[in-house]
Amino acid sequence: MEKRVTFKGWLLPVLLLLPQIVVTAVFFFYPAGQAVWQSLFIPDPFGLKSQFVGLGNFQYLLNDPYYRASFVTTAVFSGLVTVVSMGMALYLALLADRLIKGSGTYRTLLIWPYAVAPAVAGVLWLFMFNTRVGVVSWYLGLLGYDWNHVLNDAEAMGLVVAASSWGRVSYNFLFFLAGLQAIPRSVIEAAAIDGAHFWTRFRTIVFPLLSPTTFFLLVVNIVYAFFETFGVIHTITSGGPQQATTILVYKVYKDGFVGQDLGGSAAQSVILLVVVGILTVIQFKFIERRVHY
Amino acid sequence: MATLKLRNVKKRFGSTDVIHGVDLDVADGEFIVIVGPSGCGKSTLLRMVAGLETVSGGEISIDGKPVNDLEPMDRDIAMVFQNYALYPHMSVYDNISYGLKIAKTPKEEIAARVATAAKMLQLEPYLQRKPRELSGGQRQRVAMGRAIVRKPAVFLFDEPLSNLDAKLRVQMRLEIKALQKELGITSLYVTHDQVEAMTLADRMVVMHGGVADQIGAPLDVYANPATSFVAGFIGSPATNFLPPAALNAPRDGASTVGVRPEHTRLVHSGEGQTQGIVTFSEALGAETLVHLSLPSGAAFTVRQDGALPCPHSGEHCGVDWDQSREILFDADERRIRQGRARAAACP
Amino acid sequence: MAERSGMVEKRGAGHWFTHLGLIVGVLIIFFPIWLAFVASTVTQPEIVKPPMPLWPGGHFFENYRSALVSGINAPVARMLGNSLVMALGIALGKIAISLLSAFAIVYFRFPGRRLFFWLIFLTLMLPVEVRIVPTYEVVAGFGMLNSYSGLIFPLIASATATFLFRQFFMTVPDELAEAARVDGARPMRFFLDILLPMSRTNIAALFVILFIYGWNQYLWPLLITTDPQMNTIVMGIKQMFPSGDDVADWPVIMATSILAMVPPIVVVISMQNLFIRGLVDSEK
Repeated sequence: MEKRVTFKGWLLPVLLLLPQIVVTAVFFFYPAGQAVWQSLFIPDPFGLKSQFVGLGNFQYLLNDPYYRASFVTTAVFSGLVTVVSMGMALYLALLADRLIKGSGTYRTLLIWPYAVAPAVAGVLWLFMFNTRVGVVSWYLGLLGYDWNHVLNDAEAMGLVVAASSWGRVSYNFLFFLAGLQAIPRSVIEAAAIDGAHFWTRFRTIVFPLLSPTTFFLLVVNIVYAFFETFGVIHTITSGGPQQATTILVYKVYKDGFVGQDLGGSAAQSVILLVVVGILTVIQFKFIERRVHY
Repeated sequence: MATLKLRNVKKRFGSTDVIHGVDLDVADGEFIVIVGPSGCGKSTLLRMVAGLETVSGGEISIDGKPVNDLEPMDRDIAMVFQNYALYPHMSVYDNISYGLKIAKTPKEEIAARVATAAKMLQLEPYLQRKPRELSGGQRQRVAMGRAIVRKPAVFLFDEPLSNLDAKLRVQMRLEIKALQKELGITSLYVTHDQVEAMTLADRMVVMHGGVADQIGAPLDVYANPATSFVAGFIGSPATNFLPPAALNAPRDGASTVGVRPEHTRLVHSGEGQTQGIVTFSEALGAETLVHLSLPSGAAFTVRQDGALPCPHSGEHCGVDWDQSREILFDADERRIRQGRARAAACP
Repeated sequence: MAERSGMVEKRGAGHWFTHLGLIVGVLIIFFPIWLAFVASTVTQPEIVKPPMPLWPGGHFFENYRSALVSGINAPVARMLGNSLVMALGIALGKIAISLLSAFAIVYFRFPGRRLFFWLIFLTLMLPVEVRIVPTYEVVAGFGMLNSYSGLIFPLIASATATFLFRQFFMTVPDELAEAARVDGARPMRFFLDILLPMSRTNIAALFVILFIYGWNQYLWPLLITTDPQMNTIVMGIKQMFPSGDDVADWPVIMATSILAMVPPIVVVISMQNLFIRGLVDSEK
């Protein structure tokens, strides 16, 4: 795609680009390059000299049981966040789409948790489930369930998943509702005349027609769970108990800033970079396909 | 007031030649219409005159001054675009006056010129509206107004009526013609519609494959097409083409014979210049178009008066015409010089 | 619209179940915020002796004043100000540099244009979380720790907005630029008079998205603001929790949480349609 009209000259466009070039070069390309470079070295304990180790950092990482565990944790965490937030959103969107009027009101009511920062969401959920003052944990205690996410791995995971999914429901709801409302009424009416009941209609018509939206949200939610949930983990569990909720991004932070292992942290950054790259390629492939439809 | 000259103007996109050298002399105040099918290079030619495309070869001059390397704004031209290209966020008044404002024309003069143009175009009640609040015809007028207020040396029109419905197109066509006559500004007008070309042009340029096949007054082009392309493109329904072998008698040196539908008539089967089977008839009231299939499989159209009997599909008919009406072409599709047909005179 | 689903929709019980389902969903979504609000209006003793009340108490002004004026490490009013500067800086800064560079790559042909376009494409892929350590070193090297520029610049160093404006500029009809050229507009004049006003909806939509993005940043401010006076509110909440076994000052913390939510929520609700449009556009 190219514009037919263009203006002449090269100085003006270069001047126009300059701010972006400078900011991106200094704060993006240089650090990204540094990450790749550092991943090939191990600094000595005093940080005075570095030793070139080639792919040694990567080799070490991939053999490190903690890092491998973190990969599994991340997979479980993002899988759960994606399924929970999309499932809940789809359920609400289907209900709202059934309404003749009022879906706009519900949209307004459901939209705003999107604006709540993951870190704040973390604090809210922490407050509800706090072992000492939490309302929910207290009522669970009445029912005979002893909630303690500080000690229990599964409960900790459950809590960070719930807090991370919570704000995400709004986002997914918006897209699902838009997707549902874009399905021509006549198609569904035709199916109704053919005698299909709600569930059959959903399975055979609505869901297939919704699949572009679903696929898109799948990728976007995985990216979200990978990178944007740092605030939730940091506020609620700090990666604990032990390593139970240490997702990859949290580990980059912990090893790099708390542990001061620059080479290892950089190597982790590079691995994450590859993961994002793959996700982006998948997403663009999908967009391309959608454009061609 | 200006003349416009094109000398062997060429355009290349990469390694493809799209315009192969066009020569044109436009007299002061003349209305020239460039007509041709899509892809013939007519819009590119216009855009080169406007300065929106670079000129790959040859020279364009306005009023004797070469303008090849001048920016559009320095060429003293104004242009009306196919989709009007109105600035969507500006009112009608601002749209019309934008060029003047950039040229730092004094405020009072801008107001006066816009008022004159608005009056001429019946846009006075709409000056404060946004383009999206106007009908198609009104938008068209705003685009015209924007061109008029500049008082340019040359008007350029790029298919300005193609986005209007049929009825409005006829009306706007008349308005454009009247306006151009009133202002007397040299105009270059591009269209793919031969009816527009016939009705608007003082002279028309028929373009085909990057070449100006013929330049001339509309009725002259109609009566004496220079190539078989021009014969087929100008006039509706289109000219019938036949190989001489399909006719009763040979035509010397001709490889194609053209006959306009309006010059033919149906006769009894077995009589006339050639024979055919009626495929269907379109009765349009004032006239009837009878479509026939010739023995060679070629289609042929006869245009006859609406009062004449309308033949049924499947009927065998003869077709006859006055041999002097024939237009003969050689193997290169160029016209074979015959006695020049006289163009009908328009009162 | 009223007839929209007339044929498919069953009236009566089903209809009310639909509403019921939605209301339950809304209540579940609301509950954490409600609880935070209630906690911000009661006293510490009411909270630490579970179960805490589920209806607001009478200490609203007291708690919020205490948070805003003194806070725990720094006055929350100060943190709100920092967040505002950061969010506005990111939103406006990114919009400004993106508009200029998108204009350059769409409307000019110059050497290196293609290369630049692909570099932009690359930056779309890398969230700041991935390159935190080296970016931190760069910012520290410039002496930008605990400064607004340190908070803002690394986060505007991605080209998502450039890409978006490019997409939009591509949809602007060519004839408009041609008409402007015929009218005598030079490039910057065209940019200011025609392109910018035409982009205002997109700019507004993007502003909403970027404001929320900037406001809600957590990891980056956590790294570079060691001085409590420079904390943003979103990252500052966590800093209000005591280390060790001390009991957190819940009413103040929850008042701060509410204060941290209010600005982005106000932006989202008041500009709902723009926001939805911006979201859908930016994710396309």
